[in-house]
Amino acid sequence: MYETNQYEGIIAETVMIAGHNGDDINAYFARPLGPGPHPAIVVIHHMPGWDLWYREVTHKFAHHGYLALSPNLYYRDGHGTPEDVAAKVRAGGGVADNQVVGDVAGALRVLRNHPTSNGKVAVFGTCSGARHAYLSACQLPGFAGIIDCWGGRIVMNEQELSVKQPVAPVDYTATLSCPVLGIFGDEDFNPTPDHVNALEAALKAHGKSYEFHRYPEAGHGFFYYDRPAYRQAQAMDGWQKIFAFLDRTVRI
Amino acid sequence: MCTMIATQIPITGSGKKQDGWFVLREANVSYDHPFHAPNEHTLNLDFVNEALGPGARVAVELDVASARALVEAITAVLAKADTGGYIVD
Repeated sequence: MYETNQYEGIIAETVMIAGHNGDDINAYFARPLGPGPHPAIVVIHHMPGWDLWYREVTHKFAHHGYLALSPNLYYRDGHGTPEDVAAKVRAGGGVADNQVVGDVAGALRVLRNHPTSNGKVAVFGTCSGARHAYLSACQLPGFAGIIDCWGGRIVMNEQELSVKQPVAPVDYTATLSCPVLGIFGDEDFNPTPDHVNALEAALKAHGKSYEFHRYPEAGHGFFYYDRPAYRQAQAMDGWQKIFAFLDRTVRI
Repeated sequence: MCTMIATQIPITGSGKKQDGWFVLREANVSYDHPFHAPNEHTLNLDFVNEALGPGARVAVELDVASARALVEAITAVLAKADTGGYIVD
């Protein structure tokens, strides 16, 4: 609990990291000052891009004592406003799953090897970022926890599969190596409550550790304070659940 | 959640941004999250010129009823122009 006579300080900056195939990509890195050791988190942005909300959330994690690194998954698609770049990616059907996992692997490497890291790293994402977080937590060893905020298309039907997204992330559940925190709105259209049920069934079938919180009167993206979908009470409770989960999984 | 429902067509024309006109080469049509409209999903039209970079974009986000009305309006106007002999391809 913060007290007003306590020293606080963070630094936040754009850095370059090695992503998929060793490609250079940029990332927003926010971290507490001081020697640590600090827990860490990879913050995976949503389809609307590497936008202000994501930079603020990266800051928020740092403010709470985490080394927080948010890779720009659209780096290869050119530069401009986050919206213009995201629109280009949207038109191309999104980014390829294997490329995202490679970029997240690069972020994980940076955080585990950082001199002030405690070596424990979680991964956070919302929307498509949560899908990418789930995929990464299944395919990369080394995460201590995953936070899935309303990740859609983790459960996919055959018609939704594509060259860029060839496998439904839920089908990798057997190789998931860390606990899952799921935050969902009951009024969401994707993931619907049925999608969430299917994901829960897969986690249960494979004996994985998970904790789901389903919020009534909340739809997709109910943490986004800049969108009509924002639901204050549910969002505040969700953030409490997230920090409690991080306390148990990476702040140890 | 992002639907990934998107398609691109080549187009010929011009678009206007705040800083002036530019040549359009592609139109991207998607039904997915908007950046600004208050809906969860919208019909999104991005008139772009990819060769000029991501900033060469004229963007429109429409709710479904508006998108359908626009399609009908375009079709009706083109039909009228055709009937009037104005279209000479």
